[in-house]
Amino acid sequence: MRILMLGWEFPPHISGGLGTACYGMTQALAKMGAEITFVLPRVKGGGGHDFLRLASASGTPITGEAASRIFLAGQDVWRESVRFLELDSPIFPYGTPEAYAEAVRWLRRAPNREYGEGGQPAGHSFTYDIQGGYGPDLMSEVRRYSRLTAALALKESFDVIHAHDWMTYLAGMLIKALTGRPLVAHIHATEFDRCGENINVQVAGMERAGLMAADRVVAVSHLTGRLVVERYGVPRDKVVVVHNAVARHEVERNYVVPPRIRHEKRVLFLGRITFQKGPEYFMEAARLVLKRLPNVRFFMAGSGDMLPKLIRRAGQLRIGSRFHFAGFLRGEEVDHMFALSDLYVMPSVSEPFGITPLEAILYDVPVLLSRQSGVSEVLKNALKADFWDIRDMADKICAVLRYPCLAAELVKNCRQELKSIRWENVAGQLMAIYRDACSRT
Amino acid sequence: MPALCLCFDVHEAYRLRRYTVFDIGQSSVYEDDDRNCDSLMAVARMCYLPMNELLLGLVRRYKKAFKCAFAISGTALDQFEQYAPEVIDGFKALAATGSVEFVAGTSAHSLAFLYSREEFDRQVSAHSARLKAVFGKKPLSFRNAEYVYNNELALALQKSGFKAVLAEGADHVLGWRSPNYLYQAPDASRPCLLLRNAPLSEDVSINFSCREWPEWPLTAEKFTSWCRRASDDADIINLFWDYHAFGARHAKETGIVDFMAALPAALLEDRRFRFITPSEAAQKIDPRGLMDVPGFTSWKDRERDLTMWLGNDMQKDAIHALYAFGPRVRDTGDPVLLHDYERLQAADHFYNMSTKWFTGYLSDRPNPFGNPYDAYITFMNVLADFEMRLVAAEKTAKHPAPRKKGAGKPRVRSKKSGD
Repeated sequence: MRILMLGWEFPPHISGGLGTACYGMTQALAKMGAEITFVLPRVKGGGGHDFLRLASASGTPITGEAASRIFLAGQDVWRESVRFLELDSPIFPYGTPEAYAEAVRWLRRAPNREYGEGGQPAGHSFTYDIQGGYGPDLMSEVRRYSRLTAALALKESFDVIHAHDWMTYLAGMLIKALTGRPLVAHIHATEFDRCGENINVQVAGMERAGLMAADRVVAVSHLTGRLVVERYGVPRDKVVVVHNAVARHEVERNYVVPPRIRHEKRVLFLGRITFQKGPEYFMEAARLVLKRLPNVRFFMAGSGDMLPKLIRRAGQLRIGSRFHFAGFLRGEEVDHMFALSDLYVMPSVSEPFGITPLEAILYDVPVLLSRQSGVSEVLKNALKADFWDIRDMADKICAVLRYPCLAAELVKNCRQELKSIRWENVAGQLMAIYRDACSRT
Repeated sequence: MPALCLCFDVHEAYRLRRYTVFDIGQSSVYEDDDRNCDSLMAVARMCYLPMNELLLGLVRRYKKAFKCAFAISGTALDQFEQYAPEVIDGFKALAATGSVEFVAGTSAHSLAFLYSREEFDRQVSAHSARLKAVFGKKPLSFRNAEYVYNNELALALQKSGFKAVLAEGADHVLGWRSPNYLYQAPDASRPCLLLRNAPLSEDVSINFSCREWPEWPLTAEKFTSWCRRASDDADIINLFWDYHAFGARHAKETGIVDFMAALPAALLEDRRFRFITPSEAAQKIDPRGLMDVPGFTSWKDRERDLTMWLGNDMQKDAIHALYAFGPRVRDTGDPVLLHDYERLQAADHFYNMSTKWFTGYLSDRPNPFGNPYDAYITFMNVLADFEMRLVAAEKTAKHPAPRKKGAGKPRVRSKKSGD
């Protein structure tokens, strides 16, 4: 099975859970004999993975012939499914009004960035340069990515297209129109998860178009599956739920708990500090816990648009000496942070899946999950609370910190559950979906 | 001529409300009154009222030929008195016929026997006195909560003068022997041991409405034929059923009530069968041998042991913390504390903390918290508040006795007469 996989993140070009999931998934797929070409917006310095081929969309030459074919196919895709303005838009996910204003200023400085004009000549053909990530110009990057990837796909041979999240759906649709290969759209998060009701219509439109055009839709949880059926009207029988998993890397290092903090208990929040992840509920719960148990420290690791607001709030609550902001953590820092924690809390307002709790369990850290998360569908032995119920959340935090046998029981049973949550199983399910999609077209 | 001993187990649990760490020291209302009331009213409507009426009809129709027994827990009696007194009237009417025996137990439906003999003795005598007061007859047979039993329990009951004790016919204690005889405990000539015929009992109490069960649907005739098959090798067939099975666990629509209505006729048609109550059995039937049960058995789960209540560390932590308070609570003599202390001992609290997810809950007795961890957290919060009240009561006691070392061990304390 040859797979053309389209993604926006892949280690080490990573920003969040999407890249981690793609990594675990492709590794397991490769073990099952799949040949994967993974197209990223931009690959810096090779990547260095031996189980798949990482391709960079940025810099791919588009020949004159390819350009006209892409243009024609694009016309159809545009007309039929995606109805968005052919304009540079400064709207992007995880945004706030302040960030928007910043992006508008940025766009005004560089006015002439229409299709074609940004192209750079490269021999007989031309190409674009894209940055990747989630910059202020994401929408036009998405469009350029789709054209570059389509040009790349015309030179490749593959059996199935697998597109991760809305940024790559346009490319997926285009390639499907050009090559006739089946498209599997994987949905890791919807616009409704990221923004609640204040959705970006353009993003939602693209999400919907991609899901409708796909031959199969893979949702990371029943929660997300229901969402795409209800919000986007995707036919129910097209949606398959494949829960994410966690890579079975054994903990490489043992981190010794320094003697000076041994008497303390540590509670961890790790994730983007945005509305979707519910960091303010974590802080309010921390306030309640500190009233009861003074010897606790709270750590908030990550960055995001709500960070300044939360720092102010911590000061206002006078809990700054017990509530610490660890910033964005990478690689070993994350492991270290997990290893020193006594409890991991994920209070997400809306979490399609959420892989980090599974990683926490690898470090024998018990987890408290919001009921509004996909991962709570697979972890029966985790503590759960509604994200808005800070009293319940605080109560459970207190209980884990006060009763060692509760923490031990949670970890023991979660580890047991984790044994069946493997990327190998995910890969098996995906292979079946590919085969099914191929047999239909 | 095998006898049939029917005993209906009647128990209702008090569910705790979601008592959080912020309630500690603020509120001492532990129970979810609304939920307890709703649930009891529902079961009364579906099961208790119609079944009591049905059984009363059967007893009257077959005169002395149909008999049965009830093991009603103290917490169930409390709930009937509190929410549905007409259920007690139904049981009283059954008691008045003289064909129905009431079996004693622990007033709190507790596992006190495992942790505090003093508490156990107090609860047994309190519950026996209550049954005598309500139904007019001193109970002569005993059933521990959840049919928890071992040799030592028989010995303890001998001292209290019980004639019969009801227990589980667990495979691992029976071995090659049949549960259909009367047995004796190794060191106690009394009480006689009545062992539940687990397969026949559970065909009704568990399997009855299961459509995947090969024997579905079960009729009174089919059940009679099974009893007849067992009767070649039997003095007594003990059928101990959760009363909930009739109407609450298996809805009326499954035919369970009609099954019960038809059963006496079907069985009595065969002249060899007769009905008997536990204490009567102890009088009329001779024990056929010794049954050595050194470890505890119960009627729950495949293992028929204590792992549903004491299988994980949370359960052990909670129950040890609870029973460590025992002597101090009794010393205060505060009736409100004693009452709450008894309620907290109900085996159900620990059952709800069980992590044996897949064998655990039946539809009619769901875990009110949905998962074992919340059950544990709530219980420990309640216990923390209880301890605060206990400390306060100790301080305000008029003559605070200085606490002696070693007072935490219940066994060394002198026994008090039942209060």
